[in-house]
Amino acid sequence: MALSGMRGLSVFISDVRNCPNKEQERLRVDKELGHIRTRFMNEKGLTPYEKKKYVWKMLYIYMLGYDVDFGHNEAVSLISAPKYPEKQVGYIVTACLLNENHDFLRMVINAVRNDIIGRNETFQCLALTMVANIGGRDFSESLSMDVQKLLISSSCRPLVRKKAALCLLRLYRKNPDVVNIDGWSDRMAQLLDERDLGVLTSVMSLLVALVSNNVDAYWNCLPKCVKILERLARNHDIPQEYTYYGIPSPWLQVKTMRALQYFPAIEDPNTRRSLFEVLQRILVGTDVVKNVNKNNASHAVLFEALALVMHLDAEKEMMSQCVALLGKFIAVREPNIRYLGLENMTRMLLVTDVQDIIKRHQAQIITSLKDPDISIRRRALDLLYGMCDVTNAKDIVEELLQYLSAADFAMREELALKAAILAEKFAPDLSWYVDVILQLIDKAGDFVSDDIWYRVVQFVSNNEDLQPYAAEKARDYIDKPAVHETMVKVSAYILGEYSHLLARRPGFSPKEIFSILHEKLPTVKTDTIAILLTTYAKILMHTQPPDPELQDHIWAIFNKYESFIDVEIQQRAAEYFALSKRGARSMDVFDEMPKFPERQFALLKKAEDKEIDTAEQSAIKLRTQQQTSNSLVVTNQHPDNGSHPPSQLSLVRMPSQNMDPGLGDQETTQANGILTKVDPQPAQSGDVLGDLLGTLAIEGPPGATMQPEQNVISGLEATPSPIGDLALAPLDGQPNSVQPIGNIAERFNALCLKDSGVLYEDPHIQIGIKAEWRAHHGRFVLFLGNKNTSPLVSVRALILPPSHLRMELSLVPETIPPRAQVQCPLEVVNLCPSRDLAVLDFSYKFGIMVNVKLRLPAVLNKFLRPISMTAEEFFPQWRTLAEPPLRLQEVVRGVKPLSIPEMAHLLNGIHLGVNLDIDQNKNNLVASSTFFSESTRAMLCLIRVETDPSDRTQLRLTVSSGDPTLTFELKEFIKEHLIIFPTAPSAPSHAHAPPVVQPQPPVVGAGSTDPGALLAGLL
Amino acid sequence: MIHFVLLISRQGKVRLTKWYSPYSQKERSKVIRELSGVILSRGPKLCNFIEWRGYKVVYKRYASLYFCMCIDADDNELEVLEIIHHFVEILDRYFGSVCELDLIFNFHKAYYILDEILIAGELQESSKKTVTRLIAAQDSLVETAKEQASSISNMIAQATK
Repeated sequence: MALSGMRGLSVFISDVRNCPNKEQERLRVDKELGHIRTRFMNEKGLTPYEKKKYVWKMLYIYMLGYDVDFGHNEAVSLISAPKYPEKQVGYIVTACLLNENHDFLRMVINAVRNDIIGRNETFQCLALTMVANIGGRDFSESLSMDVQKLLISSSCRPLVRKKAALCLLRLYRKNPDVVNIDGWSDRMAQLLDERDLGVLTSVMSLLVALVSNNVDAYWNCLPKCVKILERLARNHDIPQEYTYYGIPSPWLQVKTMRALQYFPAIEDPNTRRSLFEVLQRILVGTDVVKNVNKNNASHAVLFEALALVMHLDAEKEMMSQCVALLGKFIAVREPNIRYLGLENMTRMLLVTDVQDIIKRHQAQIITSLKDPDISIRRRALDLLYGMCDVTNAKDIVEELLQYLSAADFAMREELALKAAILAEKFAPDLSWYVDVILQLIDKAGDFVSDDIWYRVVQFVSNNEDLQPYAAEKARDYIDKPAVHETMVKVSAYILGEYSHLLARRPGFSPKEIFSILHEKLPTVKTDTIAILLTTYAKILMHTQPPDPELQDHIWAIFNKYESFIDVEIQQRAAEYFALSKRGARSMDVFDEMPKFPERQFALLKKAEDKEIDTAEQSAIKLRTQQQTSNSLVVTNQHPDNGSHPPSQLSLVRMPSQNMDPGLGDQETTQANGILTKVDPQPAQSGDVLGDLLGTLAIEGPPGATMQPEQNVISGLEATPSPIGDLALAPLDGQPNSVQPIGNIAERFNALCLKDSGVLYEDPHIQIGIKAEWRAHHGRFVLFLGNKNTSPLVSVRALILPPSHLRMELSLVPETIPPRAQVQCPLEVVNLCPSRDLAVLDFSYKFGIMVNVKLRLPAVLNKFLRPISMTAEEFFPQWRTLAEPPLRLQEVVRGVKPLSIPEMAHLLNGIHLGVNLDIDQNKNNLVASSTFFSESTRAMLCLIRVETDPSDRTQLRLTVSSGDPTLTFELKEFIKEHLIIFPTAPSAPSHAHAPPVVQPQPPVVGAGSTDPGALLAGLL
Repeated sequence: MIHFVLLISRQGKVRLTKWYSPYSQKERSKVIRELSGVILSRGPKLCNFIEWRGYKVVYKRYASLYFCMCIDADDNELEVLEIIHHFVEILDRYFGSVCELDLIFNFHKAYYILDEILIAGELQESSKKTVTRLIAAQDSLVETAKEQASSISNMIAQATK
């Protein structure tokens, strides 16, 4: 039935379908596109019907996968058509063809707004639907108020209001800073009384988004949610059309329970009791039935209920009931339920006391590791990884090893990594650990990352008892016929270091070891050759008394490799030759490696990175959270395997490692010729490969290479650590007895990214802030709200502006009446680029004098306006700003590992407009923005971020602008946003003025009067 | 939330796409290519979920068509699976035992219907009755407009005779 009603469209579709091959199809499509294009060029003769038809054809062609690069204008223009049929097509096709970043959308904002505020209900629906589907920032700015009005209007019918709710959700999700939801908690609570289930479902989605952002504001909604749940799940009080296979709106039930999971706990005993009653009913009353859809729907509710029970940390009895249910699920035939059973069991691991019950299901879980479905295998692997501890590590790791040879390629790397981590973490004895890793390399060498073998080497070096055993094992493995190259590396290293310990055993004489290893030399790659050469040198030095025959042989090899194509190998060969000629005098150079400093787990970090790629779920994260106390210091990853890290080349490690942290920004030209900065980041100092091979090639006095790094680390830790919560500096060093509510640093950081919110709150006062920015001018309004029923007196607010800001605060009244709020405008003018901060020195008297010093969020990014540029506009500018000091470039290490979209989000968040189509390399981001200050006026800034997909903790940052100070300040500013501060995780970087000596800002001498700097100094 | 909806035929032809998160044209084709590769090659009797780039894709096959929805990793998978079924039931009601051809020749209708069920990547209406009623109302609006137009053009045609 229901033919399209457009003959031309139907004919075109059947034509395309009748094309015998892709070639013909393309011809037919091209012909049609040509036709449409000519018709669109001459708009005069075009009837609305034809226009509509062509636009549908365009969508069809687009759906087939062809590029449709014209006609967007026609589609968009239909939105302003007066009649419903055209308007409908315009809205729907626009929403399909364009995404929120498209410029065409700006043209229709007015038309869309007219439809939304107009009287025609059907037009309202169309407009709301489109905005809900593709609305971006511009829409949020101009429409959010209108949409809010529709949602709460009593004259609108449900069909409009449910769309308004979801439309608002979209606008809020996209731009929480633009959509003003002050005072929405009461409205949400009212909306939850809604009787129309369609509206209620949409409102519940909106509530989930709101509480996920700020649960504190919506406590009043909690009892209402419980009521709704009771109404649905217990009373079945719901119109027939909203039951789905006999279940009262499963979707609404799920959403309601989702919203409840954002509330940390439920205090009110009555509410808690009724909620648990409902949950208990769901847990017990869900049976498996024949109908698939009914089953799915009831289990959707059941799994959400399980999640809520876990979240609420119910009584033990209910928990074990949950685990029992999950145990049942992981053994059923229905694959969906099995999958979800495993997934939820992994989540359950977070709950204390149930691990033992989960362990009872170990055998069943191991069976799932062999399931035909990769989704299920992944869940099983994750769960096994999560549930592993000392008691079952041996079993689980051995299972994983066994499974490794059968596993599909997509999973092997992950599997190897996880086995390695578990083996290390829970090894009952160290020799077992060595066994596991060597087996791992033996079975899945291709999938064993370098970190894994570095780690085993570290372990062996640090445990003397283990060394002979490791050497013995290494010899066993290397003697096999086809050995993986990684095995050659690890065996060569271990044998070079420790084979002399077993020299008396048969088969372990230096000569024999040498000849076993030397067999492998012709087949290995350069980096392995480098290790082998070191091993030869070590073997040679450990051979006492010297064996002339062996010596000649090895020297001949060194000689040969002195002219090897790779310079690293040449150098090693030459140096080892020279050193070994010196005989016993260079003995201690070739002595055993000193112990590695105990720093853990490049692997774990790696596993976390991996997570983003392989879609694997939370188990690792859960683990890390659980184990934070285990002093996990995350080491950085090394540069790409192929290239040798610079330190490897030098005989002695760069003295630059020994720098004072304060001078950490000095530039050092490293061996690879790239100008790099050594950032005094602890995360960066643990370059495993660098250490391993670096010290292997060298031999400075043992330990000397490590020492400086540790100094750097400890020095650093001392500096930034106290910053987290101390944005509030107590007056005169006396502690205030009034405690702030909430974390001041966090509030400040949030305000750096948005323009309204609470700056400070304590039991007596709340200081809210609202800001507007126009070019280099800004205007704050401070809202000083007295929370008490008696007045606050001696109120005083002083602004301590840094040298680059001119700030004027209007008069602040000395007394704030009870329960009153006063508003104080504050004008800001930005004079020149700087990262310094303005401080509000605020005091009042309520019994005692209270004084706080608060940083004001007049930060650099507030004076940036993102602009989007095309490649044609971008590159000429980029080329003209090519030289320092207008362009600065820096390799930044210790960066928060972010995916590219996350990074883009971060940059957009600080008003650097990311232009996606300029850089062809998808690992790079290009952003542009205009900076406003009185001295620079509007100044274009161009930013390029080149990330390293193999190591997300480092990237290269290039910043260009027409002003040297701006370039520098902006670069530092971006860096502050990118870098992790391990010691103060809750306070993102700009919370502290960096310990870097800044190039003098234009106003000299201002440094000492700069209160931001002073404050930072205080901290 | 649901990030996108895809309808793919067994031959890998796209029958409907709807994107609730911003994807560029390039990314869209890449996603379609990648996912149809993964989903079409999955055997029967496996679960309806795949893990993909940190997201989950819930899919279900109806005759020759695969309905796929991409959601966040911690969303409720079964709930989404039943949104798919809800959508299919409404299509079925509208077309009267729907088949792939209906969706090919009336792809625009499928878009109207989807817009009444999902917006902003969230379920908007769970009553089949309400959705069917709203779609019927839209159809009749279009019909009335058409009749008006034709009667006017008739009048003009007659007047100019």
